[in-house]
Amino acid sequence: MNINELKHKAKEIRLDVIRSIHAAGSGHTGGSLGLADVFTALYFSILNHKPDQPNWPDRDRLILSIGHVVPVHYATLAHAGYFPKNELITLRKLGSRLQGHPGRDHGLPGLELSAGSLGQGLSVAIGMALIAKLDKKNWCTFCILGDGELQEGSVWEAAMSAAHYKLDNLIALVDRNKVQIDGDTESVMKLEPLKKKWESFGWHVLECDGNNMQEIVDSYTSAKKIKNKPIVIIAHTKMGAGVPEIEGNYQWHGKAPSDKDIENWKNNLK
Amino acid sequence: MEKVDFIGNISTKQGFGEGLKIAGAHNPNVIALGSDITSSVGMDIFANAFPNRFYSLGIAEQNAVGIATGMALNGKIPIFSTYGVFAAMRTLDHIRISLCYNNVHVIIGGAHAGISVGPDGATHQALEDIAALRALPNITILSPCDATQTRLATIAAIEKLNGPVYIRFGREPMPNFTIDTQNFEIGKAQTLRQGNDICIIATGHLVWESILAAEELAKQGVSAMILNMHTIKPIDKNAIIEAAKQTGAIITAEEHQITGGLGSAVAEVIVKHHPTPMDFVGMPNSFGESGKALELMEKYGMNAQAIVQKALSIIKRK
Ligand SMILES: [Mg+2]
Repeated sequence: MNINELKHKAKEIRLDVIRSIHAAGSGHTGGSLGLADVFTALYFSILNHKPDQPNWPDRDRLILSIGHVVPVHYATLAHAGYFPKNELITLRKLGSRLQGHPGRDHGLPGLELSAGSLGQGLSVAIGMALIAKLDKKNWCTFCILGDGELQEGSVWEAAMSAAHYKLDNLIALVDRNKVQIDGDTESVMKLEPLKKKWESFGWHVLECDGNNMQEIVDSYTSAKKIKNKPIVIIAHTKMGAGVPEIEGNYQWHGKAPSDKDIENWKNNLK
Repeated sequence: MEKVDFIGNISTKQGFGEGLKIAGAHNPNVIALGSDITSSVGMDIFANAFPNRFYSLGIAEQNAVGIATGMALNGKIPIFSTYGVFAAMRTLDHIRISLCYNNVHVIIGGAHAGISVGPDGATHQALEDIAALRALPNITILSPCDATQTRLATIAAIEKLNGPVYIRFGREPMPNFTIDTQNFEIGKAQTLRQGNDICIIATGHLVWESILAAEELAKQGVSAMILNMHTIKPIDKNAIIEAAKQTGAIITAEEHQITGGLGSAVAEVIVKHHPTPMDFVGMPNSFGESGKALELMEKYGMNAQAIVQKALSIIKRK
C-alpha cells in the first residue's frame, strides 16, 4: 500500500476500534486510537506475514506488550484478513475470541502472545529474537510498548539483555503519548530523558511522529538496516489520535464511547 | 513396593544438572538460561556440554521467564533455574501470565528448597514456593526425593510434558536411595513401604526422614505406610484416598510452610473424599535462620523425630 492508501486504511481501522469498544461498553479507547497508524503501517506495509497462514514459520513476530490497546490489534488483524470483521463487535463479551486483553487460549488467529500484565512483552520478544539468531532465520521480532509501561523495572532487565546479545532483529516501539492513567507521565513518574536512557542501554534509537504515516514507515524501514544493536522507535503519538474531540485527553485511557460520542465523532474522523 | 536402599549422600542439584545434560543430548531444542548462579544450581553440567545452547542472563529473573516464554513459543524447551525463592516468587506474575496463561513448555528449576539450605539463613530458604505456584492453572510441580529421582524428574519434565513445570530441589548432599529407576511417572505417587496404622505422605528430602520415622514407629509397634508424593500438582488423588481408607490416619511431611504446601494439597483431597484424622509436618508459619541443615530441621520440627511424635498422637484420634 502507498502512504495515501495506508492513511485511508488507518481511518477504517479507527472506526472499527470505536465501534468495537462502544459495543463492548468498556475498553481502552485513547491508546487504541493513538496506535492505529502504527498498526496499519505494520500490517499493511512492514510485516512479512500471511493472514491465511497465521503460523507460517517465517513470519515476522509482533508482540503487543501493552495488552490493553488490543482493540486496535484486533481491528487491524480483521482488516488484514485474519478473521471476519463482524467478529469485532464481540469484543470483551462472554465466549468471544476477542478477550479484553489478548488471550491465545481462545483461539483467535494472529496473536503471538497472551499478555496484558505490563513489563513482560519485551522479554518474550527477546526470547523470540534469540531463537531466530540461533536457528539462523531472517524473520524479525517487533514489540509494542507503552510509555507508562517503561516504569516497570523488568523492561530495563529486558533492555539490558537485548543489547548484550546485539539483537538487530528486534525492533521495539514505544507509544510515547506522554500520558498514563493518573495523568502526565512526567508528573506520575518521570521518564525523560527517554532517548538517552535507551541509548545508554545500548539501543539504536529512532524518533518519529507516531501519527504520521510517512514517518512511521520511514522509521521502520531505516530500523531494519541497523546492525549489531536492537532498535527502538520512540513514536510520539496522541492518545485518541484521529478523533479531534478527545485527542490528547488522558481521561480517554480507559473509557468507552457512548452512542452520542459515536454520532459526534463519525464525521470528524481524520 | 519400590526398592529403597541408602546409596550415599548426593545433592539433588547434581541430579538436576545430569538430567538436563541427558535430555539435552536427546533433543537439540533443549536450551538452558543461567541467572548468574549457574553452577550452584547444577546447570553448569549442561552449559559445559552444550555451550551454544546456554544463555547467560545475569541476575534478572523476570526477564529470564519472559525470554523462556518467547523461546518456547518458537519450539524450544527452555530451562531456567535459580534459587527457589527467586525462581518462584520474584517472578510470580511473569510465571502466571507469560508462562502459565500462555501454557508454554518451560522448566523452572527451584534450587535451595527448604530449611536444609542451612547457613545462608531465612532469605535464601525457599519455604513458600509450592504455595505460591500451586494456585496457578496449567503448572506441574515436582518435588523429587533424592538426586537420582531429581534426574528422572528433570528428564521426564522435558520429555513427557508440554506445559510449564516447576522442579524443586535442595542444596546439601542428602541421602540418595532411589534404586528403581524404571518406575518414575509424573503424577503417580510411589508406595515406598506398606503399613496399616498410619500413612506418611512425604515429599522431597523428607521422604528419607519418613523412612527413618517408619522404622522407629515399627519398633513401637506402629505399622506405617509411606507415599513418596514427588508430584505436588497434579496431586495423585487416588493414592491419597486409598491410603486414607487403608490406614485411617495421615501425616504429611515437607520442607515447606505448612500453609499451602503438600499438606494443604493432601487435605483438600482428604476433606472432600475420605475425611480422616490428619496432621502436618512442615515449617510452622515462621521464617528460618542460619544453622546447619540437620540442626534447623530439628529446631523447626521437620525430621524423623517430628514425624514419629505427630504420628503417635494422630493415631490416638482414630
Ligand atoms: Mg501512555
